[in-house]
Amino acid sequence: MSVVRGYIVPGKPQPLLTPDAAPGYRKLADAFGMVREEIAASEADLIMIYSTKWLSVIGHQIQADPKPTWVHVDPEWHDLGEIPYSFVIDSEYAAAYEAAAKKRGLTARTVAYRGFPIDTGTITALKLLNPENRIPACVVSCNMYADRAETIVLGKAARDAAEQLGKKVIAVAVTQLSNRMVTEFIDPKTDRISSLKDDEWNRKVLEFLGNGRLEDVSQLARQFFREANADQRFKAIWWLAALMGQNNDYEGRVLAYEPIWGTGATVVSLNPMERGATNVEFDEDDVEVYRGDRNVLDR
Amino acid sequence: MSGRIVMGALAPHPPHLVYADNPKQNEPRAEGGWDVLRWGYEALRAKLKKKDYDVIIVHSPHWRTVVGHHFLGVPHFKSLSVDPIFPNLFRYHYDLKVDVPLAEAMCAEAAAQGLVTKMMRNEKFRVDYGTITACHMVNPDWDKPIVGVSANAAYDYFGNDVGDRQMIALGQAARRAVEKLGRRALVISSCSLSHRHFTTEPGVPEDMSYERIYNHNQYLWDMHVVKLLKTGKARELLDEMPDFIDQSVSEARAGSLTFLLSALGFPTQPAEVHAYGTVIGTGNAVVSWDMEAA
Ligand SMILES: [Fe+2]
Repeated sequence: MSVVRGYIVPGKPQPLLTPDAAPGYRKLADAFGMVREEIAASEADLIMIYSTKWLSVIGHQIQADPKPTWVHVDPEWHDLGEIPYSFVIDSEYAAAYEAAAKKRGLTARTVAYRGFPIDTGTITALKLLNPENRIPACVVSCNMYADRAETIVLGKAARDAAEQLGKKVIAVAVTQLSNRMVTEFIDPKTDRISSLKDDEWNRKVLEFLGNGRLEDVSQLARQFFREANADQRFKAIWWLAALMGQNNDYEGRVLAYEPIWGTGATVVSLNPMERGATNVEFDEDDVEVYRGDRNVLDR
Repeated sequence: MSGRIVMGALAPHPPHLVYADNPKQNEPRAEGGWDVLRWGYEALRAKLKKKDYDVIIVHSPHWRTVVGHHFLGVPHFKSLSVDPIFPNLFRYHYDLKVDVPLAEAMCAEAAAQGLVTKMMRNEKFRVDYGTITACHMVNPDWDKPIVGVSANAAYDYFGNDVGDRQMIALGQAARRAVEKLGRRALVISSCSLSHRHFTTEPGVPEDMSYERIYNHNQYLWDMHVVKLLKTGKARELLDEMPDFIDQSVSEARAGSLTFLLSALGFPTQPAEVHAYGTVIGTGNAVVSWDMEAA
């Protein structure tokens, strides 16, 4: 089993920077803490992150700087303070991921530049989940044009690379659920999901995830995005489900579900386990190699 | 002393243009590329050299905010800007000054219009590459202070009409602040026109044998918009802006173009179009309005 655990965590900085500004932020920060302990107790040797906060245009970018170091300030939440960071990145895995992605027809490249602006979501996740850099990490971007086929293939490529190098992987999807922020300044103590409908959809998805039905959620992603303004079309779930093997065989636990400035923020833990019979409905096409979205009619 | 906006410009910010120019501030080196657009900027700079102005107000799609319109509020920024999307092309060492009193006045005027606003006071903040690229292309000497304004996501959150309404108010606020403080201002809109990108890049990014518009629809929309600007039909463009944004996937969705047109009072004078060209499939025009010639 190359993926030892999977997690969904939010990409906004409040649980890191102002955990005590609202009871919900504290619950999220504590849930990050539980995940941190699970990861520390695991035998993982790689934390692999897909972040909806790192957008790309030219295919898929993979962080490969062995020690990215900077002081980050969020473009929106600059008043919450700066975040100094220094991470340990597994460049060998990054290179293998790039090669695996290309082999599956994707455009991909590694990036390793001093001062590269690592996104708030990745920084928040790594600071809270792996504060001592005990386990090397890697991050892949969210292509703004990529749809399901491309993102599924991107997840499979991450798995190829892990299997090739014999890595035991913690897979982390950094994404909000519903992503409609409150557009005014509020007292964080009054923070709530910005619409009842978003909240209801979030809870439906979390019910599935709590039952370990990751692949079912992946199949539902398009509908969830339409109904609940999900973060970046909820692509992160396609990547996570593909990387973890496209099944429903998990012990799922929703460790927290709280609003961050109106958005749905959750910490979900997915522990792979054998199940006698799983009931997976595949409404969507499964894709092994990406051949592009254009010229569909020619094939 | 009464201030005024002396000039406005549409100043698109593909980092490719800075990369192709090989300025000392940028780390990567290029063999050229996107020459027509860069010649357009050359012509714009020649015009600006003859202009007496003391501040550049810049609205940038790549400083995206959801909670309000934010304004740079620190007097001096010096750092390295690495484009998260094209880090191979843009790693730029910037050193810039901000006209904080003007930024504060704009912020106050915008708040008085009912907009949600915020001053950005964090000294460690990295200025976005849309601001830096556009400012570099119009004033590579960096000898004028700037006022940086974020792009509020109102278009995405509520719709193009709501976004436009907010940007009209923001443009009016900018003009009032400039007049009150007696500044002679250049206002620039850091954005492309049509904005669907190719998602692959040639091995040599400046290999111009690959460069073309993403599709004919984008080209037709871009030419239509350029024609409206050339014939002084800024108001008509505002009427068509929601369709333009949706149908050409325009970067005007960030509000920068509407902000500029509003700050200039929806000019009826013909704009001067210095260049049009594509960058990885997107349509870009370098355009200016000399408000003192009006
Ligand atoms: Fe842009």
